[in-house]
Amino acid sequence: MAEQSEIVFRATGLTKVYRNGALEVHALRGIDFEARRGEFIVILGPSGSGKSTFLNIVGGLDQASGGEVWFEEHQLTSLGEAALTQYRRDHVGFVFQFYNLVPSLTAQENVQLVTEIARRPMQAADALALVGLADRAHHFPAQLSGGEQQRVAIARAIAKNPEVLLCDEPTGALDSMTGIKVLEALTQVNRAVGATTLVITHNAAIRDIADRVIRFADGRIVEETVNAVKKQPSEVAW
Amino acid sequence: MVISPLRRKVLRDLRRLWAQVLAIALVLAAGVATLILGNGAYSSLYETRARYYEENRFADIFADVTRAPRALLAEIEEIEGVLDAEARIVKLGLLDLPWMAEPGSVLFVSLPGGNGAGLNRLYLRLGRLPDPQSAREVVVSDGFAKAHRLGPGDRLPVLMNGQRRELLITGVALSPEFIYALGPGQMMPDPRRFGVVWAPRGGLEAAYDLEGAFSNIVLKLAPGASTDRVIETLDRLTARYGGVGASARKDQLSHAFLDAELKQLSAMVKVLPPIFLLVAAMLVNMTLSRLITLEREQIGLLKAIGYTSRAVAQHYIEFVLLIAVVGIGIGFVAGAWLGVGLAQMYARFFSFPYLVFTRDPQLYGLAALVTLAAASGGALYAVRSVVRLPPAVAMAPPSPAAYRQQMGWAQSLLRLRQSGVMVVRHLSRWPFRTFSSTLGIAMAVAILVASLWSFGSIDRMIDVTFFRSERHDAQIVFGTPEPLPAVFAARDLPGVLVAEPFRSVSARISHRNLSKKLGIVGRPEEPQLSRVLDPDLRPMRLPDAGVILSEALAEALDVRTGDLVTVDVLEGARPSVTLPVSGISLGYVGLGAAMEIGALNRLMGEGAMVSGVSLQIDEAREAAFYAAAKAAPKTELISVTSLMLSRFRETLAENITVMVTVYVVLAGIIAIGVVYNFSRIALSEQGRELASLRVLGFTNREVAGVLFGELGVVVLLAQPLGWLIGYGIAAAMVAAFSSDLYRVPFVIGREVFASASLVVCAAALLSAYAIRGRINNLDMIEVLKTRE
Repeated sequence: MAEQSEIVFRATGLTKVYRNGALEVHALRGIDFEARRGEFIVILGPSGSGKSTFLNIVGGLDQASGGEVWFEEHQLTSLGEAALTQYRRDHVGFVFQFYNLVPSLTAQENVQLVTEIARRPMQAADALALVGLADRAHHFPAQLSGGEQQRVAIARAIAKNPEVLLCDEPTGALDSMTGIKVLEALTQVNRAVGATTLVITHNAAIRDIADRVIRFADGRIVEETVNAVKKQPSEVAW
Repeated sequence: MVISPLRRKVLRDLRRLWAQVLAIALVLAAGVATLILGNGAYSSLYETRARYYEENRFADIFADVTRAPRALLAEIEEIEGVLDAEARIVKLGLLDLPWMAEPGSVLFVSLPGGNGAGLNRLYLRLGRLPDPQSAREVVVSDGFAKAHRLGPGDRLPVLMNGQRRELLITGVALSPEFIYALGPGQMMPDPRRFGVVWAPRGGLEAAYDLEGAFSNIVLKLAPGASTDRVIETLDRLTARYGGVGASARKDQLSHAFLDAELKQLSAMVKVLPPIFLLVAAMLVNMTLSRLITLEREQIGLLKAIGYTSRAVAQHYIEFVLLIAVVGIGIGFVAGAWLGVGLAQMYARFFSFPYLVFTRDPQLYGLAALVTLAAASGGALYAVRSVVRLPPAVAMAPPSPAAYRQQMGWAQSLLRLRQSGVMVVRHLSRWPFRTFSSTLGIAMAVAILVASLWSFGSIDRMIDVTFFRSERHDAQIVFGTPEPLPAVFAARDLPGVLVAEPFRSVSARISHRNLSKKLGIVGRPEEPQLSRVLDPDLRPMRLPDAGVILSEALAEALDVRTGDLVTVDVLEGARPSVTLPVSGISLGYVGLGAAMEIGALNRLMGEGAMVSGVSLQIDEAREAAFYAAAKAAPKTELISVTSLMLSRFRETLAENITVMVTVYVVLAGIIAIGVVYNFSRIALSEQGRELASLRVLGFTNREVAGVLFGELGVVVLLAQPLGWLIGYGIAAAMVAAFSSDLYRVPFVIGREVFASASLVVCAAALLSAYAIRGRINNLDMIEVLKTRE
């Protein structure tokens, strides 16, 4: 089904160079990439391979040094600070490795934080129900387990009905059991919301649940695999 | 020299946190500076006065008589406890300067006895003393000479007892008797229109028909002598010669004004430095607590590798002590610098031959010590947690801040957005910090309220005194009481529109064991120019019998309307009567008692007499009036309301600018210090959350709104609290500053609260602006990857 959908992201010749004094670090050395609506893509690669830099640029958090990135009809690489903020606000859902919930807000309030500023949000309660946390809505982050916190973060990310869901090591801080629950939540919302989902991970076991797997190394995409058959998160283990 | 790594860390921390350190140091410096300035000025003024009094043999008791034979002096010297006595001639004269149309007066004082024996001896600044035999040579007071650019060799035309004389100035001098040289009928020293002229006795005796007699006596007492008893005996001796009762030094005008100034200074020292030190201690606590939280893992590490808790605690104490040292340094410099400024202000107000500067190392030491104590006091609470923290716990990340759902009703009531909920929850999560920051900012507001209110009250004082009560344009005071026709003569002077007589009689008014000496003023039953007002500003009718007392006098005597008071007249036949108090009147300057002029004259039994006239003058004919009034033989003193008022305003204006600047700076330092540190800490605590919000698509403005929302709440809460504290301080000041010389009306208008809040909010905005850049530069990428 993904094959017939339109292209949401398109990157061509994307480069990123960090300058630190005289030292130049080439984080991205020419990335060509496409993602279709509703696609679930897992990005693998060792530390420093450029996968996070790529995600940051695609997510509108960082500026590229060269090349182009298009999101639908927006050329992200030409947008300024304010326009990028608006892009993130309207189209992108983020899931962080360390959840980054606001500790002073309950689960539901953390979700509302986003729905209040979103253009076509879903109900916060619905978003929490989608990740299986309807009964934990009024708990503060400190009262939730790591996995629960990450699911709140996913609920927060999808509550705005984003076109894109970007996850940077979403299971990195979790044990395998909890991680699987989080992945289930991710795949479920990917199906339910239809958001193009990019998941960065170190964890090669996760690859089997993706539509497509991309491997980064040394600032380049070195391998791309399309999974003919996706596994359910409950079928993987690490 | 090897600097230990921890010491190096202290220095690096100071450099890294320089802005916060500076903000705290400035608050400490303000405490040090006000402490040094206040105490320094106090002791400087006190010591100068004491030395001046000592060296120039300032008298202890002062008494006026109409005319007493010199033979009485021997009797007075015999009074037990009297060390030395000097019989003088002290008389008012009028200036007759060709370059000054408006009236001015001079006080003639006979030169103190020679050979270092006399009392109230002069400090000769220029020229020489007059030849004792000369009838023309005089020495003039320093301020007067400066105001008119007069010096030795210049001539001084005056009217003495109605006679025009041209005196020759041989010198310029100062006297401990006229440090605060307030002319008769003036509200502020005006050296242009009032001068003291010291002349040899002979000339004055001749001019004022006082051959072989004196009009004033001053006494120096032996140590331990009873002032009251000497005054009692002296009053008995001088009664026959028109003595109106002697005053102790504490009631001597110049001395009393200096006392009032000293009182204000000591009040300032009691109020300001503690505020600054308290706020600084609080800031230290806030900042250090945050630093320790941030360095939790480092603390654990240090302990784990073998540093003792003490060593680690000492490290943080050293950090704070260094901040204090910076503050003390700035405070020393600022205090010394401001001290010079204050001394210059004193030099304008008070005529001192010199100022004893007390750069007392003890004072500096004390200021440093108190400041170090305040800083360490603030640090102690924070450092306690360092000592208690076991290394294993320290190295693990802190458990996430636990929040509770509170005040849900308030949320639903205010319909807060989630960012607003964050603000409320974060503020209530750290109630002590929220409260102390609020209190700190409130203190800045309070300092301003407590200083700015005085302008309104001065306006009120002017309005009531000059526009509602004493509505005359000028007053002529006669040398001695004159029969009623003198009023008609005054009415015939050029330019006079209305003339209203008054009679002034020296008296002692007593109630139970309380008594006060003052002039009772008799006025027409319904005066039009010189009115008596009740506390609601309504003009009072003067009763046929009975006396109206000013609020200050009624308080001093503890009387209410209807009570009986004993009035002992100290002039003429010196009658004593008991009179009912028929009303209490409003009055801000001096003590006042008023009677109907007919009733007062009946009491005196001298017929219809007047002491002077209050006048309404045609402005266009002012100059003609001045000239004619001066020339009128009975005139002893002419006071002109507009001149007095403009001098009053001029003097205040000079000081207002200085005062407002100083207090605005002080309040600004507190406000900026508190707001800046509060915001930096809030940003440091929530930086990660705020950066996450940016990733989620919140704009810079929205994210800043969360932080500034917190700040706004604190600043807002601080306003009413500050108004309240300021109101309290102002009320205490009113009570402390009220004296027999003047009482200050307590008027705080809305504009006082508004300006105080405006200044503090401006300072808050300034600090917020300084933080804004840090919010805009929150690192979004960093938060994706890191744990707190």
